[in-house]
Amino acid sequence: MQKRSIIPIVYILFLMLPIYWLVAMSFKTTNEILSGFSLFPQTFTLENYVTIFTDPSWYWGYINSIIYVSINTVISVAVALPAAYAFSRYRFLGDKQLFFWLLTNRMAPAAVFALPFFQLYSAVGIFDTHLAVALAHCLFNIPLAVWILEGFMGGIPKELDETAYVDGYSFPRFFGTIFIPSIKAGVGVAAFFCFMFSWVELLLAKTLTAVAAKPIAATMTKTASSAGYELGLLAAAGTLTIIPGAIVIWFVRNYIAKGFAMGRV
Amino acid sequence: MKTENQKAWFFVLPVLVLVAFNALIPMMTVVNYSVQETFGDNVFFWQGLDWFEQILRSDRFHAALGRQFLFTFLILIIEVPLGIIIALSMPRKGFWVPVCLVTMALPMLIPWNVVGAMWNIFTLPDIGLLGYFLNHVLGITYDMTQNPLAAWVTIVTMDVWHWTSLVVLLSYAGLVSIPDAYYQAAKIDGASNWAVFRFIQLPKMKTVLTIAILLRFMDSFNIYTEPFVLTGGGPGNSTTLLSIDLVKIALGQFDLGPAAAMSLIYFAITLLVSWLFYTLMTKDDLN
Repeated sequence: MQKRSIIPIVYILFLMLPIYWLVAMSFKTTNEILSGFSLFPQTFTLENYVTIFTDPSWYWGYINSIIYVSINTVISVAVALPAAYAFSRYRFLGDKQLFFWLLTNRMAPAAVFALPFFQLYSAVGIFDTHLAVALAHCLFNIPLAVWILEGFMGGIPKELDETAYVDGYSFPRFFGTIFIPSIKAGVGVAAFFCFMFSWVELLLAKTLTAVAAKPIAATMTKTASSAGYELGLLAAAGTLTIIPGAIVIWFVRNYIAKGFAMGRV
Repeated sequence: MKTENQKAWFFVLPVLVLVAFNALIPMMTVVNYSVQETFGDNVFFWQGLDWFEQILRSDRFHAALGRQFLFTFLILIIEVPLGIIIALSMPRKGFWVPVCLVTMALPMLIPWNVVGAMWNIFTLPDIGLLGYFLNHVLGITYDMTQNPLAAWVTIVTMDVWHWTSLVVLLSYAGLVSIPDAYYQAAKIDGASNWAVFRFIQLPKMKTVLTIAILLRFMDSFNIYTEPFVLTGGGPGNSTTLLSIDLVKIALGQFDLGPAAAMSLIYFAITLLVSWLFYTLMTKDDLN
């Protein structure tokens, strides 16, 4: 162990403390939480988790979130692939302006758009569906996906395209069977970031849903206020929201750092 | 060299349609509200630029904007150097690399309201880990629902906890792209650690740091959910950042006109500062 490795260790401890506390709380009874401070759960209970897994209004929150996050990831990556290809291979009228305009959509505060989004999606008639949230999250995920994919595609030499055309490949066949497989790390990274930003966003998801597609985050805020001070239940629900992210991040761990480095500014 | 091809527009079209649908229509709605007055029932009156004038002159807006700049300034000045230091001291290869990356990225994957709720539980004065430690072990009086300073320290610490890893991951990505030969050359020249950092590592990290600073600026300037769940803008108005104030006006008081005008001013400020950052940081590349 080198001396300087103390810095990452201290940092990771700092990151883990609040998470530990959330997990510890989730195994405590509400009585124990309110009766005083204890570092470890004294009366270890799974009751909070049982409540979540047996009450449809709880577990449907998770299912809804996972559905719209998946739809959003698929749409974002699917439309970003050809666009990123165009940006990385061709010059066309207004390309730079378009690229910058796409990025500016990350700068608009979601709070600004909450009400207009509600009106827009009500008018189109898809309010309170998974599709509505998935489409709304495209606002900030598509620009990001284009940005990341463009970076990865820039690293593939143009000769690959030209050779394929000389060999008689049509564009769709080249794109699907040669090009996409050669940037699959980039597709993975882009999908990861779309998943991440769609999973953590709450404001738009909450605004665009009422009952049928309500995300877990909204279920949590509602239950927290209606059931009073059920901290244990809230902690268990919070702990469960960490798991999907942790699984996804494990799969892309080797590509995350690379994905950022290849994006262009 | 890229070839000129106007047909490339067809490739961009799906992206354009989807983003424009989500960006332009709501934006036009906001512009529409910002120049009108309503008393309900969908009856609107032309108001001109009065709302903009009113917002730009209001003390409440100035105060919220000031708090917003202070918050963003604090988290940038803490997170960027801290992130660089952590990235520099991380192992370059071996078993611990994926462990570090996964544990460090974890906070970024937690839904924002859960982050707020988690820090709320963590800092409760008598039963939270941090709150208990400060109050009963160190004997510092700490209650962020009463003391504005404590509330500020808490939201800044929460953001450092939540987002420093982004700077770490980006800087780390820049660092691992430096070939070993550079370090060997520096060693032969007898360069100090500082010189290695200043002339090899920092230039290599420049592009990724630009992304990091831009992303951190934009996201911290638009931050809403975490401080809202944690402090609700209180105590008093002490942590009412710009977007919390905006939502209060728009959805709390339902003053659509002023809220829309404020949104547009807010967006314009974000754009302007992002553009300034971007030009300043990429200036050297152009020369």
